[in-house]
Amino acid sequence: MNTPNLEDMGCGTSSATKDKKSEKALKAALVIQNWYRGYRARLKTRQRYALTIFQSIEYADEQGQLQLSNFFSFMLENYTHVQEKEPGLVTRLFGSSIQDKDRQDYLELIEIPDSYCGPRLQFPLTFTDIDLLIEAFKQQQILHAYYVLEVLFETKKVLQQMPNFTHTNTSPSKEITICGDLHGKLDDLFLIFYKNGLPSVTNPYVFNGDFVDRGKNSMEILMILFVSFLVYPNDLHLNRGNHEDFMMNMRYGFTKEILHKYKLHGKKILQILEEVYTWLPIGTIIDNEVLVIHGGISESTDLNLLHRIERNKMRSVLMPPIPMDGDRAEKKNKLGTTTVAQGSRTSGSFSEQLTKQEWEQVIDILWSDPRGKRGCYPNTNRGGGCYFGPDITSKILNKYQLKILVRSHECKPEGYEICHDGKVITVFSASNYYEEGSNRGAYIRMSSGTTPRFFQYQITKATCFRPLYQRVNAIESSAIRMLKERMISRKTDLIRAFQLQDRNKSGKLSMGQWAFSMENVLGLNLPWRSLSSHLVTTDKDGNIDYMSGFQDVHIQKPVKEVQSTLIETVYRYRSDLQIIFNIIDSDHSGLISMEEFRSMWKLFKSHYSVHIDDSQFDELAERMDLNKDGSIDFNEFLKAFYVVHKFDQLNKSDTKLA
Amino acid sequence: ILERRDQMNHQKIQTEFHKKIKEAFEVFDHESNNTVDVREVGTIIRSLGCCPSEGELHDLIAEVEEEEPTGYIRFEKFLPVMTEVLLERRYRPIPEDILLRAFEVLDPAKRGFLSKDELIKYMTEEGEPFSQEEMEEMLSAAIDPESNSILYKDYITMMVIDEN
Repeated sequence: MNTPNLEDMGCGTSSATKDKKSEKALKAALVIQNWYRGYRARLKTRQRYALTIFQSIEYADEQGQLQLSNFFSFMLENYTHVQEKEPGLVTRLFGSSIQDKDRQDYLELIEIPDSYCGPRLQFPLTFTDIDLLIEAFKQQQILHAYYVLEVLFETKKVLQQMPNFTHTNTSPSKEITICGDLHGKLDDLFLIFYKNGLPSVTNPYVFNGDFVDRGKNSMEILMILFVSFLVYPNDLHLNRGNHEDFMMNMRYGFTKEILHKYKLHGKKILQILEEVYTWLPIGTIIDNEVLVIHGGISESTDLNLLHRIERNKMRSVLMPPIPMDGDRAEKKNKLGTTTVAQGSRTSGSFSEQLTKQEWEQVIDILWSDPRGKRGCYPNTNRGGGCYFGPDITSKILNKYQLKILVRSHECKPEGYEICHDGKVITVFSASNYYEEGSNRGAYIRMSSGTTPRFFQYQITKATCFRPLYQRVNAIESSAIRMLKERMISRKTDLIRAFQLQDRNKSGKLSMGQWAFSMENVLGLNLPWRSLSSHLVTTDKDGNIDYMSGFQDVHIQKPVKEVQSTLIETVYRYRSDLQIIFNIIDSDHSGLISMEEFRSMWKLFKSHYSVHIDDSQFDELAERMDLNKDGSIDFNEFLKAFYVVHKFDQLNKSDTKLA
Repeated sequence: ILERRDQMNHQKIQTEFHKKIKEAFEVFDHESNNTVDVREVGTIIRSLGCCPSEGELHDLIAEVEEEEPTGYIRFEKFLPVMTEVLLERRYRPIPEDILLRAFEVLDPAKRGFLSKDELIKYMTEEGEPFSQEEMEEMLSAAIDPESNSILYKDYITMMVIDEN
């Protein structure tokens, strides 16, 4: 017997068919939703991977500094030899500071031409000067060197009166705003002021270090912050960050920015700036409860000691105090007399320095990072400071009866992050730090007795927000580029490591073998298996053709005949060489003598254990025809070493070279 | 002898899976203490190539959570569960043709597109509804600005190319 079919009975769209239809639609919707969620998750993961790449490389660069710092110590230890070859070099490193009476003399010599149409500040400064600067900088004007110097001189004068830690209080009607790293991103500062109001007596701010480097408006940010500070010295608080360091600036771009914007007076500005940095307070303490410092703490952090030290003796992370022992005392004395600082107490040797313990305490504050693991470990990623766990946080906060630690120093995707059970807050205020779309920026508003409130933002260049997949594609390709450049700068070492594992010389390795070598040689803790598809070709058995990683990138050879290993070495160490050259070039002319060039290379070579013939290097320098009257334009020299990506339309030089 | 070889092969596969899972997990382990926020577990599982529904995901999370949920998932619990999922090839991704057919079901008149409102209605009212954020994100890439509709065939092709 046939069961009656509802449709045959002419009932039209009965509830049964309606149910069938909606059941089909439900299933279809499920399919689409399922697929989309999977796709979206993979996009988010790619975004995360890109950020991890950026961050690893950034920290590995910082770690490279440790080597540079050792190099300087090495130079000093071999002082007598160095002194013979480089008279005055070491003195330049530990050079004398400028006398205050220099100020008036110098300023009087600077003339502001009538044609100057940039902002003109009026001393003593008032809030109108803050507005003036902001408006001018929005129109991309440049503040005249005369005013820059005046602001720097004044700032130093006022900072000198301040203690190592600023103590301030809030009230329910007077909240304080804390901002993290800005790194020369002026648009972010404008956005913060737009959303949160300009600094004033009723709107206090703490800027927690790293105002400069990397971004292209470090000078403008510094000027706005310093002028605001001079107008509201009790309501605008500045903490020193690890980038408020003249040597870091040489590597990460601020020095270049200054010399570019201020061709005539840049050198003087750099000199004064170096000192202003040393007078920046180490931290801020709010309501005796909240400690605001740039990096973090260590298990031995001693706030009482830090309150007492002479903070201005901390010149640079790359200049640790020289150990003092018996036999060296005489030589040191000699050096001591040539580096007389203003009003110095000639106790004989190195009253210019902090003790080793004091110096390390400051480094910990400026460089440490919180981690989930208990205890305190050297911060191997960065090469300075330490990793501190939640137990360390509790111990130190309890010791000084504090409740919260607010710090910056690390880029966070959401602009802020809370860890260690709510006791540590990281706030980072430079949005799109690595690349457009990489991260948000944030600031905190707080007052005693209330929970801190977080405000996030992100600068977008485009008028309409690009879809997620486009943004992810952009930062992913940028990150992969950087990674490839890293690989090419270690090509020789990588190939050697690969070949060691490739017993039957097949040109192929297993995924595990390849990942192991990559991590070992590059020193980057990255998800190599997931990234492999972007970097190398894999055959159908899952084995990796390791040479394929070097296929579409190569370092441009400035001169054909020179060996690849030399090219690779100079490319790899170009940031370090940049710092070294900048230091030798004491008058910031961009030129050093051929002699200095050669002897610096020799010292560098022996310390970094680079096995390359001196003759190779000489030949390179000569063939590059940079020998102008016995001097070398080292910026030109270094610029000539850049990586070419095969699929680039235009010859793009290294994207992240600061 | 065959069994031995299979066993070794199985071991090899499992080791590779372990490493893959560890890599994916570590990227979200912000504090480097072998835990991730439970809200990111779905992303991690999907990044490993699996496509569980929200319901299936909910069940998986229950398997890896602590007895007293802490909001964090530990790697020690996550690894064995995830390894099984990969070995059993559970939650396979949707093939392109099935996806296309799903869109066609929602477009019975065979116009070749869905209007913005239609897509929103289906995605936010049927099945396992999208959140507002998910809906906005999908729209931003899927909408053809000229017609203000979703030309689903082109959209699928674009997404597939992007993934490969």
